[in-house]
Amino acid sequence: MNLKGRVHKYGCNVDTDVIIPARYLNTSDSAELAAHCMEDIDADFVKNVQPGDIMVADENFGCGSSREHAPIAIKESGISCVIAKTFARIFYRNAINIGLPILQCPEAVDGISANDTVEVDTSTGKITNITTGKSWDAMPFPEFMQQLIEAGGLIPYAQKKIASGGGPKCGCKCCGK
Amino acid sequence: MGQTITEKILAAHCGKKAVEPGELITAKLDLVLGNDITSPIAIREFGNTGANCVFNKEKIALVPDHSTPAKDIKSAQQVKTMREFAKKYGVTNFFEIGRVGIEHTLLPDEGLVLPGYAVIGADSHTCTYGAIGAFSTGVGSTDLGAAMSLGETWFRVPESIKFVYHGKLNKWVGGKDLILYTIGQIGVDGALYCSMEFTGEVIENLPMADRFTMCNMAIEAGGKNGIIAPDDITMEYVRARAKRDFKVYASDSDAKYKQVIDIDCSKIEPQVAFPHLPENTKPLSKVGNVVIDQSVIGSCTNGRIEDLRVAAQVLKGRRVHQDVRLIIFPATQKIYMQAIHEGLVDVFVDAGAAVSTPTCGPCLGGHMGCLAEGERAVATTNRNFVGRMGHPKSEVYLASPAVAAASAVLGRIGSPDELEGKGG
Repeated sequence: MNLKGRVHKYGCNVDTDVIIPARYLNTSDSAELAAHCMEDIDADFVKNVQPGDIMVADENFGCGSSREHAPIAIKESGISCVIAKTFARIFYRNAINIGLPILQCPEAVDGISANDTVEVDTSTGKITNITTGKSWDAMPFPEFMQQLIEAGGLIPYAQKKIASGGGPKCGCKCCGK
Repeated sequence: MGQTITEKILAAHCGKKAVEPGELITAKLDLVLGNDITSPIAIREFGNTGANCVFNKEKIALVPDHSTPAKDIKSAQQVKTMREFAKKYGVTNFFEIGRVGIEHTLLPDEGLVLPGYAVIGADSHTCTYGAIGAFSTGVGSTDLGAAMSLGETWFRVPESIKFVYHGKLNKWVGGKDLILYTIGQIGVDGALYCSMEFTGEVIENLPMADRFTMCNMAIEAGGKNGIIAPDDITMEYVRARAKRDFKVYASDSDAKYKQVIDIDCSKIEPQVAFPHLPENTKPLSKVGNVVIDQSVIGSCTNGRIEDLRVAAQVLKGRRVHQDVRLIIFPATQKIYMQAIHEGLVDVFVDAGAAVSTPTCGPCLGGHMGCLAEGERAVATTNRNFVGRMGHPKSEVYLASPAVAAASAVLGRIGSPDELEGKGG
C-alpha cells in the first residue's frame, strides 16, 4: 500500500494521555475520539490534519496506558501511518491489531521535518521524503506480525481460527463441541 | 542453558520445554481482564470474531473501576455494556459497584491471580501481578476481545533485565521509592519490551504491598512485565486466598539476562518524580519548595491497607494544610472496611481529608479530584504525564504515601520528619 501525506512531527515519549486524554474515554466512538486527538500537546492538530497525513515521532511513541482509543483516534483523524524511532509495546500491538500502519525507522525520523511531504510503501517498508529526496528502509516486521497485518488485524485472524474449528472447546451447548 | 522465571512461565503456557527471547509464541491464558474503559471495545471485537461463547466463564474478569460509580451517562452506558455481556455469556467475575475495587488490587486479593499464571489485561498496569510470581502484561481492547474468544494470545518472549537490590532501606523508603528510583535510573523506555525481574536481599524482605507497587510500575519503564519469584512472604499471601492449584517458578542460576543492574538501597532517599515523566525523579532533600493544591493517596499503585496505615501514622492528630485538598481512596471495599475497623478513616476525616469509595477516577483525571489550570498535586499514583489528573496546565508529582500525607499537612512537598513536634 502506498501512502503519501504531509508530516506532523513530535518528540520523545508521546504518551497515550496526550494522544487522547482520559476525560474523553467515556466513549468508544471513533469520530468523537478523533475530535480530541493530540489535544493536550498540539491543540491545532485536529484543525490542520488532512486525510493521508503522516505522523512522525521520536522514541517510545504511545507510552503509558493501554487505551486502544489512542491508535483509534489517530487513525480516525486521517493519519495514514505513524513512523517513530521506537514504539511503546502496547501501542505497537494495538496499532497492528486495529490496522494502523506503523513503521520503526530512527534514521527516517531524523531526516524528516514537520510539514515535509513523505511517501511510504507499507509492503516494502520504504520511506521517501519527497521534500528532500532522501529515502530509507524501515525495520521489517517479524513474519507472524506481517501475517496479522496482511489478514487485516487480529480479529480477521481470530475469525479464521474460529471458523476453521480452532476455537476453544468449552463444552457448552452453544459451541456444539 | 538456564531460563528466567518469565521464560519458564511462557514455555509452560505454549507447551514447550523452553523458549528464547525474541521467539513468537501463542500462549494459553489463565485469566484475562478488562475495565469499563477498555471492555466495551473488547466486547465489540469479541462479537466480530464470530465466537458464540467465551473461552471460559471463570477465567474472565470484568472490573468496572475507572469511571465508577458512573461519573456521567456515557460512563454508565459503558458499565451497562459490561454488565449485559457478563450476564449473556455467564462471566462469573463481574464486580458490581459496592463490591468492586481497583482491578489490580482486587484480583490478587480475591485469589483470582496466582503464581505461575499467564495473564493479560486491557489495562497497562496488569503487570502488577508479577509480584506474586505470575507473568502478566497489559494489552489493548482488541487483544482482550480475541482472548475472551480464543483463550490464548501471541507474545514475543521478552529479554529479561535483572535488578538486584541490596543494602539497608532508609527511614520512610519503601517499594514506591525503589521503583521510582529505578525508573529514574533507566528512564521511561529503559526496559522497553523487556521483563523486569526484581531480586536481592531487599526484595526478599519486602512486604507484598511494596512488591505489588514495584511490579505495578514496570510499565512506567516500558517493561512488558515486572516479576518477583515467589517466596515465603508470597506464599503466606497466596495460601490465604487461592481457590485453585498453581505452580511456582524461579529463575535458574545460569539464566541469561540482557543486563544486570545492581542497586545500593542505602543511598536511596524517599523519591519524588517531577512533571511530566515518571523518570524525572529527585531525592526528597533536593525537591525544594514545591507548594501543592492537592494530595492524592490511593490507586492500583498505593491503595492497599499498608499504604493507608502509613498515611494514618503521619496524619494522626494533625490537620491538612488550609490550602490543600487531601483525597484518599482505598483500593477495594475490603480495604475500605479494614481501614474503618482499624480507625484509619477516623484519622483521615479528623485531619480534614476526603475519603472516597474505591475508583481509579482521580489517578487519570477522570473524576473524584481533577486538577484546574495551574494547580499542582502530589500523588501516590503512577503517572505524571501532561494533563494526567486534569487540566493540561496542571502538574503531578509522584511520591510514596508517607510523603503525600506529610505534604498534605505541610502545604508543600516534604518529609514526615519535618512534622516532628508539630502536632500528632
